Amino acid sequence: MSKTEREPMFSAKNIKLLSTPLNDENPITVQVLGICSALAVTVKLEPAVVLAVAVVAVMGSANVIISVLRKTIPNRIRIIVQLVVIASLVILVDQVLKAFFYDVSRQLSVFVGLIITNCIIMGRLEAFALGNRIWPSFLDGVGNAAGYGWILIVVAFFRELLGSGTVWDYPVMEKLGLFNIGYENNGFMILPPMALITVGVIIWVQRSRNRKLIESK
Amino acid sequence: MKQSNTYIFLYSSAMVVIVAAVLSVVATVLRPYQELNIEIAKKLDILRSVEKAELATEVRDRNAYVEEEFEKYIVDTYVIDHLGERKEGIDAFAVNMRDEMRKPLEERNLPVFVARDDDGRENYIFPVHGRGLWGPVFGYVALEDDFNTIFGVIFDHESETPGLGAEISEPFFENRFKGKKLFDDAGEFVSVRVTKPGIVAPGDHNVDGISGGTITSQGVEEMLYDVLGSYRRYFEKRKNI
Repeated sequence: MSKTEREPMFSAKNIKLLSTPLNDENPITVQVLGICSALAVTVKLEPAVVLAVAVVAVMGSANVIISVLRKTIPNRIRIIVQLVVIASLVILVDQVLKAFFYDVSRQLSVFVGLIITNCIIMGRLEAFALGNRIWPSFLDGVGNAAGYGWILIVVAFFRELLGSGTVWDYPVMEKLGLFNIGYENNGFMILPPMALITVGVIIWVQRSRNRKLIESK
Repeated sequence: MKQSNTYIFLYSSAMVVIVAAVLSVVATVLRPYQELNIEIAKKLDILRSVEKAELATEVRDRNAYVEEEFEKYIVDTYVIDHLGERKEGIDAFAVNMRDEMRKPLEERNLPVFVARDDDGRENYIFPVHGRGLWGPVFGYVALEDDFNTIFGVIFDHESETPGLGAEISEPFFENRFKGKKLFDDAGEFVSVRVTKPGIVAPGDHNVDGISGGTITSQGVEEMLYDVLGSYRRYFEKRKNI
């Protein structure tokens, strides 16, 4: 450590920690993790955004905490320690939402609690934070949560637009006058299976544009 | 590196104590805010069942607005038993309908909220609570002063399917209940049935249910029958005055 110079905060390597999960190693579209919540909370944009923010907060801090403790955590109970850290952070988020964003918390109901079971979070703790220093761990957590979050938000945007005809509860389709010329909301988009198909379309678009993801024959 | 059992025990004990302490401090600090939110949401639901507080989504200080409207329009609250006699010493606002409906009929505390409109007309509001498909459904039913005609209803739910059962909390469904009657011409309590769409609803005791939300619709029907049924004696008593 003494020989090498201190790495700058935003070195190319650190930036990469933040950016690869957004595209090349996206937790949802490439690793196909955390699909469950992507189906459940993406009917409307608002809960999806709140959940994305909540996951960024939980994942960033969980990675930092585990990274701080990484040398003290007994190897045999490390999974339990990770779970306790995640669960406490999720309870914190849930309590804060209930106190200051009551309406949104009512909409999200159980799904805030289900962040605990989001496999992406434990995956990053186990794979990255346990073996890396604090700052890179933080970037890795935020990067992966953001990679998860932006997919959630894109899916929710299309489902709300096509399913309810609104964007963030603003009646876009009505204002455009589409209902007058015979357009109707597609009720299918509200149901969970359509989230799966929307994610599928995103994966398709991503794979056709990103050369690295195209498997060689 | 392999740690001793003692280390593991100490580590996990310390971890549990620290986590418990942090969480309980946070929960205690935030509790007043959370309780205020719940109270405001409840007051708003009561007001909405009699078509008040309709600007709640637009005003800047929603809490103050809801409190003000509640003070202005809700003129009396009290608790009755199944015979319609008043019970003293119980706060109607604090009664939890879910717990009450689990008790036998004779022991239930049944809250009544009285709303008086600007023109002096009175409405009586009753909390309802029942079961939907995935979880509880609940709301408020406001009756006109004949204790028979429904003035308005507000329904909400915990986890009904979006687009299907969850539609019970949409105005289009709630509005179908307006003007429906609880008692038939012979004076028997029949409540309001929520029937499958397509069946032409005869009379004053039927509303169209929601396609794809059959079980939730039935839950609403049962909820109205069970809860308003507990108030039956009270209605009959007041109706004939």
